Amino acid sequence: MCKPIPAILCLTTALAVSTPAWVQEQPQIKSTTVDLPTGDDLFPGGTAADAINNNCLACHSADMVLNQPMLPPATWEAEVYKMIRIYRAPVDETDVPAIVAYLAKLKGNNQR
Amino acid sequence: MRHYSISAGSLPDDLKISHGLAKTSAPDRTPSRRSLLRQIAFAGVSLMAEPALAEQLIKLPLPSDPRERPLSHDFPQKAGMILQRIRPPLLETPMEVFDRGAFTPNDQFYVRWHWAVIPNSVDVNRFRLSVRGHVDHALSLSIEDILRLPRVELAAVNQCSGNSRGLFWPRVPGAQWANGAMGNAKWTGVRLKDVLDRAGVKNGAVQVRLKGLDEAVVPDAPDFRKSLAIDHARDGEVMIAFAMNGEQLPLLNGFPLRLVVPGWYSTYWVKMLCDIEVGDKPDDNYWMAVAYTIPDTPHANIVPGQSGVKMIPINRMVPRSFFTKVADGASIPANTQVPVRGIAFGGDTGVAKVELSSDGGKSWQATTLGTDYGKYSFRQWEASVLLSEKGNHALLVRCTNLAGDVQPNEPNWNGSGFMRNVIETVHVNAI
Repeated sequence: MCKPIPAILCLTTALAVSTPAWVQEQPQIKSTTVDLPTGDDLFPGGTAADAINNNCLACHSADMVLNQPMLPPATWEAEVYKMIRIYRAPVDETDVPAIVAYLAKLKGNNQR
Repeated sequence: MRHYSISAGSLPDDLKISHGLAKTSAPDRTPSRRSLLRQIAFAGVSLMAEPALAEQLIKLPLPSDPRERPLSHDFPQKAGMILQRIRPPLLETPMEVFDRGAFTPNDQFYVRWHWAVIPNSVDVNRFRLSVRGHVDHALSLSIEDILRLPRVELAAVNQCSGNSRGLFWPRVPGAQWANGAMGNAKWTGVRLKDVLDRAGVKNGAVQVRLKGLDEAVVPDAPDFRKSLAIDHARDGEVMIAFAMNGEQLPLLNGFPLRLVVPGWYSTYWVKMLCDIEVGDKPDDNYWMAVAYTIPDTPHANIVPGQSGVKMIPINRMVPRSFFTKVADGASIPANTQVPVRGIAFGGDTGVAKVELSSDGGKSWQATTLGTDYGKYSFRQWEASVLLSEKGNHALLVRCTNLAGDVQPNEPNWNGSGFMRNVIETVHVNAI
């Protein structure tokens, strides 16, 4: 079960159901602004990578894909269609074969 | 690594707001996408001319290539993290961090986001948490309102459903984590139950659906929303946390508020929590009904290729234990008591015992458990091993939890790479 933090709470909870703010140690919650890296490296391979570079990098950086193991070409095709049909990625239908071919060549195997 | 603040100057105005700040506007998205993406590509090429900074590579113990990942220092409020994906961020905790204690420091706590539109700025004076739906009165709570509620504290492990996915064989697609998509923190916050009670849950409520501030780049993609059964949400343990390890949350760990669901996988621990919706029907949204589902079988295990299996939402965690002091492939002296240690957690209940085997699993010896910070926390363990014969030996560690569940000898497999908790093994050479 959750336990109250400061020992003083044990004394005060008997007096009040809702602990007044003044008996609680005030945490510092400060407004925060950060810079996030953009991750805009292209997929390697020159013109063979045009389709994947034009369609896939708006939603995610390339590194995640490049970190994938070798997978069956059918798995790569399913991944591309998952992006389109479930995650609504605006991938040009005419580019799908080139994207799948790129992934199958770079990361494809015949496992399974 | 290029940061947004550096590269923004060279990008078109419409692109500047498309990363982390605002959604692309829906009506004209498709016509402009092509030119937008060409500009991304162009910016990428021009920036590639920058000299590459030397980066340290970490080799993960994955069963096949690629195994190397950069150790990144480029993320805000974060020290060295294993870089799985820059955008949206997937950052893994290096294993040696877990050797330093039962709690994982905030600046090396792992990070996992689904969608790329992550607010990079949160004004705590303007932030509001809404509570609505099947309630007597909807609420809009400020951070100050939250801080006035009774405060609770709990140590709990947060672990990605897919932690260790990269170790699956056959390999499966997804974030290729080794074992570092987990962490343990002391969470401080308020009970979800207290917030729901203030709103007044109506009769007939069956679940509570939670959403954070993050959004998809594509407007009609499914929002990331997760649900808990109403009784679970009101159990007094589920917490809305505003601090971890005594400090406000790093933005990438869900600042300013995140849900803490002790004993359950992290998919339910919604970050940047901004919306609590009480519902009178079961939630069938994609992230509950399709994504994050597991085979309804022991250990969520199936044979690769098996179909027709009933799938259920992933839920409670299972026991795990790890070596943090002895690395795989290490050489240790023979005929000497050699100290080894690590961490364990029981999953949805506490650690009963952690045992060590130095003969490949034929016999097991007890280990000494460290301080008990509560049943949902990491617990350190230590022991010493005496290897009388020179040569290669397998050291195994296994955890049994208070419910009697023990880690399995064989790894589980499922197509999503979820719930791995096989007994861990390191190979050492006694010299």
